Amino acid sequence: MNDNGYVLRVENLDVQYHTDAGTVYANSQVSFNLKPGERLGLVGESGSGKSTLALAILGMIKPPGRIGGGEIWLENTDLVKLPEEAIRQVRGRQVSMIPQGAMNSLNPVARIKDQLIDGMIDHELGLSRSEMNRMVREALEAVELDPQVAQMYPHELSGGMKQRACIAIAIAMNPKVIIADEPTSALDVVTQRQVMQTIGHLQAQLGSAVILIGHDMGLMAQFVDRIAVMYAGKLVELGSVKDTFTHPMHPYTQMLISSLPRLENKGTFNGIPGITPLLREIPTDCVFNSRCPQAIPICMQRVPKLLEHRPNQWAACHLYQSEEN
Amino acid sequence: MSEHLLELNNVTKIFKGGTVALDNISFSVEADSPSIISVAGESGSGKSTLGLMILGFLRPTTGSVVYKGGNLARLSSSERVEFRKEVQAVFQDPFAVYNPFYKVDHIMEVPIANFKMTNSRTEARELMEQALISVGLRPEETLGRFPHQLSGGQRQRMALARALLLRPQLLIADEPVSMVDASLRATILEAIDKLNKELGITVLYITHDLTTAYHVSDYILILYRGSIMEVGDVDSIIRNPKHPYTQLLVGSIPWPDLDRVWGEDIAVIDIEEDTSIESKVGCKFSGRCPHVMDRCKVSRPHLYWPDDNNRVASCYLYDDQPVLHGDDVGTLFKSKKVAVAR
Repeated sequence: MNDNGYVLRVENLDVQYHTDAGTVYANSQVSFNLKPGERLGLVGESGSGKSTLALAILGMIKPPGRIGGGEIWLENTDLVKLPEEAIRQVRGRQVSMIPQGAMNSLNPVARIKDQLIDGMIDHELGLSRSEMNRMVREALEAVELDPQVAQMYPHELSGGMKQRACIAIAIAMNPKVIIADEPTSALDVVTQRQVMQTIGHLQAQLGSAVILIGHDMGLMAQFVDRIAVMYAGKLVELGSVKDTFTHPMHPYTQMLISSLPRLENKGTFNGIPGITPLLREIPTDCVFNSRCPQAIPICMQRVPKLLEHRPNQWAACHLYQSEEN
Repeated sequence: MSEHLLELNNVTKIFKGGTVALDNISFSVEADSPSIISVAGESGSGKSTLGLMILGFLRPTTGSVVYKGGNLARLSSSERVEFRKEVQAVFQDPFAVYNPFYKVDHIMEVPIANFKMTNSRTEARELMEQALISVGLRPEETLGRFPHQLSGGQRQRMALARALLLRPQLLIADEPVSMVDASLRATILEAIDKLNKELGITVLYITHDLTTAYHVSDYILILYRGSIMEVGDVDSIIRNPKHPYTQLLVGSIPWPDLDRVWGEDIAVIDIEEDTSIESKVGCKFSGRCPHVMDRCKVSRPHLYWPDDNNRVASCYLYDDQPVLHGDDVGTLFKSKKVAVAR
């Protein structure tokens, strides 16, 4: 843990993809922090940069992608400056990932046990065979799978069981930060609830922080402590789940919250008109101005900064920062 | 007997290898009361198979699918053209339905030409524009573009516009919003709702998402491993589910509501999916049901009216209640056809 008590601190992160068609600014000036044991939800439309942010934290931005600037502090280490070999020791051990499509993330020709042990060998934990077998058993028990699953191949498991096996791999080495990228989007509601409960129990038990990526606001409401809302590569709002749902600040978040289907508002449909801008240049104005019903002249001229407008509630919106100008 | 728009008579579909995808399903849909009917269930419940059979892409193993009095298996070629025009579909993936090399106009030009709707370019353009406007798209922002220039929500609404261009009587929408961002889902559901209310199109909305099913539909049919568990009025079923499986499903919905605790209403022991304990003769849910009784394992329950006249549930917990006569659960789709104030 670093001096501020944060397990993870992202500062002014810029990530770009340099493609033949031009540069795409997938993350620009993203900053947030994470306390140990905290559950942070990262929401946004497809293409808003949430998976890019996750990959950056895992040190997995590969060409044509590049981290253009900023810092990612995992406790007292800036991951951006680490060489690849060192990052490999962090990945899986300290920061791990529960992938989106568990169906396609497991190796179809390897037993679950070998896929669990793989990481332990790679990280040179110096464990004996029997110690590793014990860890495999414990990891499977932790995700409520029968120890016999260790000997099975992925095709012998159901979708929910495969997702649990992926969770077992992610938690096997007690990571400090777990990134879960839409871990249940391929599962039906019942299995989804069971899998999320397992992630919740484990996270609390291990004291790991979780970043849950997704666009299911219902899942966010039920699982996370804080929500970070991304739009067009920028973090536009950050606050507790309660503040975000009851009095969202950024107009995008407001529209997102009011578009949600609830039990009480049957038959009302509040979509958000318009489309996300292409991220082909560094924004010089507010990225949401073309869709924003509350836009004012300054929105066309300047990029709003992410500022704390209410206690622990941050928003990047000119509507709240008139005093600054 | 008035002619039904659609009729499924004891439809069973068994795939190679013996998987029973649908097990003796019967329902009819009236032509004169266009409603939105959701078919919901987990993966493997048979809901997509049902959609494909109604579209005539799959033949039932036994039983028949009848559209306007004509058995789909025995349509003449002119009847088949008519059927293809009147029954339209929108599928899950808003990316896969477009050919990236053609402008998006292509998916609307093809049906206009195929069904010989008009020979005039101007008229064709007008038809396309009307269809786009009725799903809430601006023609000048969409026509003439390539698929990658539109958002997923725009593409999915465009697919809807293509379907309604042909003035269909029945629309099969198989998971139309599951790949679309949450912020854009509402726009698609709104378009579907509008097609039903304003153009009188009957919609079969196939989904595993009970939240959107609740929002958009009038009736719901809950499938579990190919059998109907509960069917009827969507408000009654989602707000007060009677079948233990529906209770488990509804209790598992993560509502975007901080006052509602996830899974709090579930009085059920969570048993994970396990196909090995599926009963061949008894209730299909008996292996996971917290209320299971001995008889549930040996014979299949009828559809009972548990409380009101709005729905039926296939569960012995309600065997002291009246039984639904006949197999046709379509009677449930007209119990309440009054305009709900919206």
